[in-house]
Amino acid sequence: MRPGERSIAVMLVLSIGGSLALTAVYAAGGQPQLEGILLAVALGALGAAIIAWALRLLPHEAVTDVREPEPSPAEIRAAATTAFARGEEQLTGRRTLGRLLLGALAGLALVALFPIRSLGPRPGRSMFHTEWQPGSFLVDGAGRRVRDGELAVGSVITVFPDGYVGSPVSQTLLIRVEPDQLRLPAGRGGWAPKGYVAFSKICTHAGCPVGLYRAAAHQLLCPCHQSTFDVLRGAAPIFGPTTRALPQLPLRIDADGYLRATGDFSAPVGPGFWELSS
Amino acid sequence: MIRRLVLWLDDRLGAASFARKALRKAFPDHWAFMLGEVALYAYVALLVTGVFLTFFFTASGEDVVYQGSYVPLRGQRMSAAYASVLRLSFDVRAGLVMRQIHHWAALVFVAAIVAHALRVFFTGAFRRPREINWLIGTSLLLLAMAAGFTGYSLPDDLLSGTGIRIAYSVLLSIPVVGTWAAFLFFGGEFPAPVTIGRLLALHIMLIQGLILAALGAHLAIIWHQKHTQFRAPGRTENTVVGSPLWPNYAMKSVGLGLAVIAVLAALGGLFQINPVWLYGPYIPTTVSSPAQPDWYIGWLEGALRLMPNWELRGFGHAVPEPFFPGVFLPGVLIAIFALWPFIEQRVTGDRAVHHFLDRARDAPRRSGVGAGALTFIVLLTLAGSNDVIARFFGVPVETVTVILRGVALIAPPVAGWVTYVVCRELRAAEGRPAGAWHALRRGAGGGYLTEDEKG
Repeated sequence: MRPGERSIAVMLVLSIGGSLALTAVYAAGGQPQLEGILLAVALGALGAAIIAWALRLLPHEAVTDVREPEPSPAEIRAAATTAFARGEEQLTGRRTLGRLLLGALAGLALVALFPIRSLGPRPGRSMFHTEWQPGSFLVDGAGRRVRDGELAVGSVITVFPDGYVGSPVSQTLLIRVEPDQLRLPAGRGGWAPKGYVAFSKICTHAGCPVGLYRAAAHQLLCPCHQSTFDVLRGAAPIFGPTTRALPQLPLRIDADGYLRATGDFSAPVGPGFWELSS
Repeated sequence: MIRRLVLWLDDRLGAASFARKALRKAFPDHWAFMLGEVALYAYVALLVTGVFLTFFFTASGEDVVYQGSYVPLRGQRMSAAYASVLRLSFDVRAGLVMRQIHHWAALVFVAAIVAHALRVFFTGAFRRPREINWLIGTSLLLLAMAAGFTGYSLPDDLLSGTGIRIAYSVLLSIPVVGTWAAFLFFGGEFPAPVTIGRLLALHIMLIQGLILAALGAHLAIIWHQKHTQFRAPGRTENTVVGSPLWPNYAMKSVGLGLAVIAVLAALGGLFQINPVWLYGPYIPTTVSSPAQPDWYIGWLEGALRLMPNWELRGFGHAVPEPFFPGVFLPGVLIAIFALWPFIEQRVTGDRAVHHFLDRARDAPRRSGVGAGALTFIVLLTLAGSNDVIARFFGVPVETVTVILRGVALIAPPVAGWVTYVVCRELRAAEGRPAGAWHALRRGAGGGYLTEDEKG
């Protein structure tokens, strides 16, 4: 072996060894860590060998390229400009045809929008309502109707309208607080019987589920961007990037003790959008 | 044999005159010129592993019950997409290592592009005649981020599902067209069943087609315009000095490519990335905490977290909160970044052709702006982990947010100004090297004097 070749030969042998070992591991059923490290050996030793070859065995010669200036020589530029202008002259001057050509292109541009329109349904009023109806029973994640007395003060569960368990738009937090601590906005008298309050679980900022309840402080916290809501004051925002309260669901307790909605939420649920008016 | 092939080709394509020049093309040697190549080779790894993954992925939101070999999730309802990723990870031989190499390669791909862009920015390599390639490079950065985000979203796990949820809300926040845009892009009100299929089509076809086209143009223009280089004795604006393409540069570059992919393979084998089986399937009523996106989305997430609660209301319409940090701010920053060559030409009046690179000190104003912008983006990225920072230091997350709001406004101008001053001083000090040795002697008065001082 000539001088300088030995270490490169070692690396190449290492690479061959890595490939063979990887073959064995794969044939034996595979193992992620070994697969990764053996592939790294096979590739890395080969790469190192090639780089070492280039640095140690190849002559270090510097070549010099001459840059051609970016603008083409003046006469070629002029010839190109003239060629373009000649074609342009042949096209312009036919006014009626020119206008019709523009019209045809505009028509095609309009037609090209149709496939885009087909991509999804018209938003319409779908953003403004949920599946909650007057009289909907509140059911938990297993579909069981929730009754007065099942929820202690300070606790929270996720509820849905009966028949819509898991609904992304109707998901609701049912929280029980001391009734005399509530300071709900005006006009919501009777929405929170016996201290049961219900708010949309979809954050009004970017739509994450408002998953954290700090019971002692009566605060709901969205883990995505930390919008924080005051449960006692109708889930009004008190910190973080959101401006809007979580919409509240009006509740009543029926004669059999079941919790039921008396209507849809106080506002459209979830993050804001252009058509949302105050 | 190869000689005969070359002759056969030349008989048909007349390629010898091109080959004669191309094989002797000069490639300047500098480590910083390798950053773009690292991105290129990470992309090669992405294509190879990505094709493999595509054969096993089911792009469907359809509800299935998992029956695979990962016991903790057996019997659980999930989307077919998530189930197929579990199958790929646990039941396909070499599936997990390929998936992890793919994810690591994506992280490194964007990181290498960012490092390359910073190198090009701070050395002024974007100046005339290379403005077009700067614009193409900016497109490649954005496309790489889009490819990363769509790919990250495909497994339909709890973490990425929450990410799509936020992306939907940001799209929804755009004035006038937001609601329509969100419904058309995602195929209906969130969560629409067709979304996963669309993300796959974007991820493996549309975005990759655009990346390949832009990459081809990027390399063709570099080839045509030839490389920039640093100043050195014997070099002029009209020449490029470096290793010849064949064999020196080709060997070094191929070796680098193999080394990059080797590192990605080691990362994919040894370091767990995006363990979707621990996050669980996406359920719209559930969220995990703390939740962080992949690193290159962190600055957008951080902007959403830091932004005070601003919303425009009036005339029966709303411009909701996510628009300002999620659309407007990144839009402005990206526009400034993309148009920087033209902004700098306008400000400095320097519209000359430059083939020599600047050092950071040669352009103190550019370096200052770059350092300030970089500081801002890094702080936003930190803010994207404000809950992790709060937990680490044991302080309320509100405190971290309020502090970061202030720091994000104050630190960038300070960093920019300091950079500007340091660059200016370094440039001014060029004539008197600080590192030179001076012999000192004790003078009669007790003080220290240099050789040529009298005393």
